[in-house]
Amino acid sequence: MLNFTLEKRPSDSKTMSYLSPIFAIVLTLVSGGLLFTLLGKDPFHALYTFFILPLTDIYGWTELAVKVAPLTLCAMGLMLCFKAKIWNIGAEGQFILGGLGGGYIALELMNAEGFWVLPLVLLFGALSGLLWAALTALLKTRFGANEILTTIMLNYIALNWLLYSVHGPLKDPDGFNFPESALFSEFATLPVLSDDYRLNISIFFALFAVAAIWALMSKTLLGFQISVLGEDKAAARFAGFKAERLTWFALLTCGALAGLAGVSEVTGSIGQLNPYISPGYGYAAIIVVFLGRMHPVGILFASMLLALTYLGGEMAQMDLALPKSLTGLFQGMLLFYLLACDLLISYRIVRKPSARLTSSSSSNSAQA
Amino acid sequence: MNQIELYNITKRYPGCIANQAVELKVGTGEIHALLGENGAGKSTLMKIIYGVVKPDEGVVRWEDEIISVKGPSHARDLGIGMVFQHFSLFETLTVAENIALSLPKAESASMDILKQRIIEVSEHYGMKLDPNRHVHSLSIGEQQRVEIVRCLLQDVKLLILDEPTSVLTPQEVETLFKTLRILSTEGCSILFISHKLDEVRALCDQATILKAGKVSGHCIPKDTTTEELARLMVGDDTPLTEDYKKAEGDHTFLTISDLSYESDDPFACTLKNISLEVKAGEILGIAGVAGNGQEELLNLISGEDTSNKKTVLFDGKAVGHLTPEKRRILGLGFVPEERLGRGAVPNMSLQENGLLTGYQGELTANGLIKTNKVKDFAHRIIDRFNVKSSGIDAQAKSLSGGNLQKYIIGREILQNPKLLVCSHPTWGVDIGAAILIRHELIKLRDEGCSVLVVSEDIDELYSISDRICAICDGEISPIAPTHDVSINQLGMWMAGDFTFIQDSKEAE
Repeated sequence: MLNFTLEKRPSDSKTMSYLSPIFAIVLTLVSGGLLFTLLGKDPFHALYTFFILPLTDIYGWTELAVKVAPLTLCAMGLMLCFKAKIWNIGAEGQFILGGLGGGYIALELMNAEGFWVLPLVLLFGALSGLLWAALTALLKTRFGANEILTTIMLNYIALNWLLYSVHGPLKDPDGFNFPESALFSEFATLPVLSDDYRLNISIFFALFAVAAIWALMSKTLLGFQISVLGEDKAAARFAGFKAERLTWFALLTCGALAGLAGVSEVTGSIGQLNPYISPGYGYAAIIVVFLGRMHPVGILFASMLLALTYLGGEMAQMDLALPKSLTGLFQGMLLFYLLACDLLISYRIVRKPSARLTSSSSSNSAQA
Repeated sequence: MNQIELYNITKRYPGCIANQAVELKVGTGEIHALLGENGAGKSTLMKIIYGVVKPDEGVVRWEDEIISVKGPSHARDLGIGMVFQHFSLFETLTVAENIALSLPKAESASMDILKQRIIEVSEHYGMKLDPNRHVHSLSIGEQQRVEIVRCLLQDVKLLILDEPTSVLTPQEVETLFKTLRILSTEGCSILFISHKLDEVRALCDQATILKAGKVSGHCIPKDTTTEELARLMVGDDTPLTEDYKKAEGDHTFLTISDLSYESDDPFACTLKNISLEVKAGEILGIAGVAGNGQEELLNLISGEDTSNKKTVLFDGKAVGHLTPEKRRILGLGFVPEERLGRGAVPNMSLQENGLLTGYQGELTANGLIKTNKVKDFAHRIIDRFNVKSSGIDAQAKSLSGGNLQKYIIGREILQNPKLLVCSHPTWGVDIGAAILIRHELIKLRDEGCSVLVVSEDIDELYSISDRICAICDGEISPIAPTHDVSINQLGMWMAGDFTFIQDSKEAE
């Protein structure tokens, strides 16, 4: 008789916390293979198409970097919030607002020329994201409103505001009534690294954010205070750390980074405003943070994997004639398996014979 | 016939053996003490008897039959009643409603009959209880009575009390003992868990002593000296008591004047016109039963709550409105009651926990953490205060209570405070650590620091305080030199009778 049970570990397993993402990835691949088989495809070929084929040429790698940049920017901001146990689900909305705010300025400065245009557009985009996050911070610190609810609601408002804008006031007058803005001027467009590819300098913004947030969290008192606030509110209060200020700081920083991601996306690879400026980067970034173990370097790698699921989805659509929503499916499976495997950080599986057997044997002897 | 017998009980938890081959026999109508330090395995053993925890090995015989207790309700059916250290009462319900909740439906059907029974039972055992009062309006002692009466209504044959006196004033303890003696003459067995030796000697017929999960001895407490009992509890190598010279401080450092405070929390205690002074070079001890305003008072001293500017003074400077970190700059050190989850962050390492309150000194510069200084600080605390751990990277939660408390107190002391406030400094700490902590507090006092100690442990307060007082229902009793205050006097203060018998020595 095999009888397994979960037993709490005396202390959390460091090894397991690193192994868990790997287990999750393996399980996701196995489940994905199973799924492809059920859909009547050769699982190995399908997985190859989804995960390897997109990276077989330089173009594929640059496209990966195009998607890594916004994911990493959003994820670094979210990491700051999650470290403080502020469950900001609103990177998506902050991303959209960043794109919308920056895009608006870019359209206003359509005829302006000069190198000051782009920085202004980027700044305004970041500020828009920051202000969107400020709403959540205000509601949380002032009224104790749950940030999970407010950020999700603000995501929908942001999306609808974008839709209204591109269907209405910001619609390109010469655009044949398509819900799109005009293309931005070259002065409001992020420079690309090479004319052959779409990859632009936003990848440097992302790498800079990784370095900055890593330094903040590991080297500064402010980062330490954020960690303490997340780990133990009572201790933070006892030590005299100001919870409200830290909450504001984490949310505003996240808003600014997500906003920067948004404005970089519209001034970079998209070049205009349209209803689809985010394929759910703000949500995928949540998975990135947890998969990357809340560590900046881990997050960078996790961003690459999540970026790959976008490329893989497109590839599967083209080569296998499967729907692009596979991307969401793989992202969902990844998070699901990760959360399941994370259980093993604090618990271990043991075979449990003892307690039940002793008590039943003692009652047997009572009868005897 | 014995009421209950345990043989060879073993219970393992990951990383520790809570009980190892424990034997225990309690006769019918016997008051049996289970003695042991914190962490000796007393509570685990009780939980096994009450069916909360299942033993890995061993046999339980109840009235000469081998049984396996399936759970608390099974235990109650057998006639085992248990009063936990932390009560399980609904504060917003009345006494009768609380009791009705734990009774079988048939018995709680008529509230009138139940109320009548509560009155009868409680009067019979000498612990008056009004069934119509709401629990939140009862004192801790009265709440304990509700728990006991709840057991007595169910035809109890074995009553287990887990550290019942830790929350009572000396007078309330006497009342409880009378009740227990009546119960015992009526044939009810009582298992009395405690680490207070005098109480065990006054009350119990038999004693079983646990040490590190094993039985270290049996004895008849009345025929055994307190020293012999203590030796069985702690082993041979730890010194038991120390006498400290009393001191008189010089200038006043902490002044609290006319401090009143009402919290938003309806169940918190309201502070009424509290005034007290702590001089540099003295220890002021505040006795009192938990929940009488200690927490609120300490939060106002630490700055976690704020009050009117001039109600709290540090060395003459008004600080009542200041935040904790500003008060720390002025010389405050603070050791809170909750070690994990306030005094230390459970999941963080010892070095990070050193930074938790040490961040204002040389451990940081311009907002940057100086990692080497932080490590050095943690090493210094560990060396000087003899903290047993796997190193400065050990998580705070991996330390035993005593070692973590040494680390926290060390962290505060090494920052050279001018005022050290300690809440329950040795609660749940092994004797060795407790002695070291008291010794360090005395040393700090002799160096001219003001020390304020809040504790429920009266013996400890008598041992280290230079002046002593009590807090009851948000008010402070008169404050007097410790040797002028008898135990009886302090007990009266703890119960809220603030008359001061000047010749208390003779009254004793």
